[in-house]
Amino acid sequence: MSEVAQPASLALAVSRPQTAPFDWRRAVPLLLAAPLLLYMLVFYALPVVAMLLRSVNDPSWTLSHYATLFDDVVFQKTFWITFNTSVTVTLGCLILGYPVAMGLVRAKAMAPFILVIILLPFWTSVLVRSYAWMVLLGRHGLVNEALLALGMIDRPIRILNTPLATQIAMIHILLPYMILPIANALRQIDPSLIRAASGLGSTPFMTFRQIILPLSMSGVAAGTLLTFVLALGFYITPAMVGGPRDITLSMLIAQQVDQLNWAYAATLSAVLLATALAILAVARKLPGVGNAFRTSMR
Amino acid sequence: MISAGTNGADIGRGASVTLSDLEKTYDRASAAPKDVDRVSLDIRSGEFLTMLGPSGSGKTTTLMMIAGFETPTAGDIAIDGKSVVAMPPYRRNIGMVFQNYALFPHLTVEENVGFPLKQRGVPKPERARLVAEALELVHLPGYGARYPRQLSGGQQQRVAVARAVVFKPRLLLMDEPLGALDKQLRENLQLEMRRLHADLGITFIYVTHDQEEALTMSDRIAVMNDGKVAQVGTPEDLYDRPENRFVAGFIGESNFLPAVVRGVENDVVIAECDGAVIRALCPGRPASGEKVTLTTRPERLRFADSAWIGEQMPQNCLSVTVTEAVFAGERCRYMLQAGDGTSIVLKEPSSAAIRRRAVGERAEIAWSVADTILV
Repeated sequence: MSEVAQPASLALAVSRPQTAPFDWRRAVPLLLAAPLLLYMLVFYALPVVAMLLRSVNDPSWTLSHYATLFDDVVFQKTFWITFNTSVTVTLGCLILGYPVAMGLVRAKAMAPFILVIILLPFWTSVLVRSYAWMVLLGRHGLVNEALLALGMIDRPIRILNTPLATQIAMIHILLPYMILPIANALRQIDPSLIRAASGLGSTPFMTFRQIILPLSMSGVAAGTLLTFVLALGFYITPAMVGGPRDITLSMLIAQQVDQLNWAYAATLSAVLLATALAILAVARKLPGVGNAFRTSMR
Repeated sequence: MISAGTNGADIGRGASVTLSDLEKTYDRASAAPKDVDRVSLDIRSGEFLTMLGPSGSGKTTTLMMIAGFETPTAGDIAIDGKSVVAMPPYRRNIGMVFQNYALFPHLTVEENVGFPLKQRGVPKPERARLVAEALELVHLPGYGARYPRQLSGGQQQRVAVARAVVFKPRLLLMDEPLGALDKQLRENLQLEMRRLHADLGITFIYVTHDQEEALTMSDRIAVMNDGKVAQVGTPEDLYDRPENRFVAGFIGESNFLPAVVRGVENDVVIAECDGAVIRALCPGRPASGEKVTLTTRPERLRFADSAWIGEQMPQNCLSVTVTEAVFAGERCRYMLQAGDGTSIVLKEPSSAAIRRRAVGERAEIAWSVADTILV
C-alpha cells in the first residue's frame, strides 16, 4: 500500500515550493490546541489583565496605588509574613522531603506503595486537609492529647491559629512538590557512579556529599522554586489554621475584595505576581537551576 | 606509597587473590542455576588474568564480588591471604574501571582522578602531583581542567584508568573497559593496557567477552560458562589444549569429530573415526569402546597432497569431499564432509602456488597428532 502511495507524495513534495507556500501540516498542533487556547484567553488571560489594569486605572490612569505601598505598614508587614512563611515552609519541605525522595528511589518493590503514600494527600482537596489539621492541632486535638498523655505538657497548648500551625499544614500540603522533582533527579544518577565512588574509597556519607547531593541539585532547585512560589500564593490553609493577626498577602487580597476595594486588591495581586515572576527570573540565571528548568519543561 | 598494606618486601607490588568455592545466587527461591557456581581461582601477584565468557556466564558477577559490590552466597574471597568478604568496597583499596567508565560528570578530569586521593585524605599539593603523574601515565597531560563530556570515548576510558590507578592500588579490576570503543581504538588501547600492566607491576583482573582481546592481553585466562570456570590457563594452553568442548568452541574455531576409543598408548589415545584411525592427545585414560569427541583447529589441517606436510610428527589422515570453497584473501576456507557426514572446516594459507580445490572433489586431509585433542 505504501508503495502505491509513494509516487503521489513524492510529486507533492516536488511541487510544494510553487503551489503550497504554507505548509498546513505545521499548523496542525496549533489547531489542535486552539480550543483550549481560546478558552484560556477568554476566561483566564483577559480577566487577569483586566483585573491587573485596575491597579493603574482606577479611577483614572495613576501609579498612586503603588506609591502608597511604600508607606503602607499593613502591606509591608503582610509581605514580610508571606515571604517568611514561604521560606520556612520551603526549608521544612526540603529537610523532610529529601530523605523521602532518596527512600523512594532506593526502594524497589516498595516504590509504588511509597509513591501512593506521597501522592494520596495530593488527591485530597486542600480544604479537607486544612480541616483535618484543625482537628489535629486544636485545643483538644490529637497532638495536644498525645503531648498531655506523654506528660510533656500540663495543659493544652495553643498550636491552632499560630504561625506554626500554618507552617505545619503548608509543609504537609506542599511536600509532594518538593519530593517528586528531587526523586526525579536522584533517579537519573547512574548507579555505577555510586559504585565507582565506593570502590575508589568513599564512605557512604562521603559519596552522598560529593556525588549524590551535587548531582541532585537540579531537582533540589526545581523543587525549592516550585514549593516557594506555590507557598507565596497560599490562601486557604493560612486563612483556616493560621493566626488571626498573621495575615498573608493572599488573605489581604481576599479581604480587600470583600470590602470591594478593587484597586488595592489588584495592586497587591500585581505585587504578588511580580514577586513570583522575579524569583523565577533570577533563579533561572543561577548555574544549575537553569538546567533544572529546561529538564522540567521537557 | 599511599596504599595501606604494602608492608614489606615479602609481597610483591601486586596483590594475590584467592577465590574459594565462590557462589552467588540472586534468586534463592527458584531452582534456577546459580549465577556463580563454586568458582575457585588462584590469581598470582602481578598477574594479568582475564575472565572470558559469554554474557550470563557469571564473569562480571564474580568481578563485582571481588570489588565488594555483591555479597557472595557462599565461599570466600581472600586478598593477600586475608578474607575480604565482610569488608565494604571502600575499605578494600582496589582500583576499578567500569564498562561505561562511571566518570563523575560534575567533576573535572583533575577532580575525577584526584577523587580517590581526596577520600584518603591526601593533602592538596601531593594530590596535584599524583594526578599529573597519573594523567601522564595514560597520555592525557593537560586535560585536567576539562569535564568528562568534553572528552572522546577513548579519552574518557584513559581518565577512568588514571583514576583507578592514581592511589596505587595493588589490584586493578576492569569490567569490559574497551567494550564501547571502535575496533581500531580498542586494539591500540589493548596494547596500552599491557604496557600499563608491565609498568605498574600490579595484579590485573580483566573481564571481557572478546576472545581476541583475552588472548592478546592476558597472562592467564579463566574461561567461564554457566557460572563455572570451564578452564584456566595461558592463551596457548586454552587454544592448543582445550579441556572441554565449550572451551574448544568458544576460543577460536574448532572441528569436532565423533570417534570411538580403541586403545591408549602413553598419552596418546587411539580412536576410530569414520573408519580411519586417529590419534589424539589426552591426559586422561578413556576406556576402550567409549564414544568421545576429538577436536582440531581448521588452520592446522592440510590437504595430504600439498607440499606443506612436515615429517616431525605422526599424522592423522581422513578422506573427505569438498562441499564449499571460499577464497578469503590471505587464506582459503574449505568446507569438507567426511564419510560419516561430519562437517570439517579447513583453512589453508593462500598462495598462487597451491592448487585450489573444487567443490565435489575428493581429497585426503592430514594433520599432526599434537593438534588433535580429546575433549
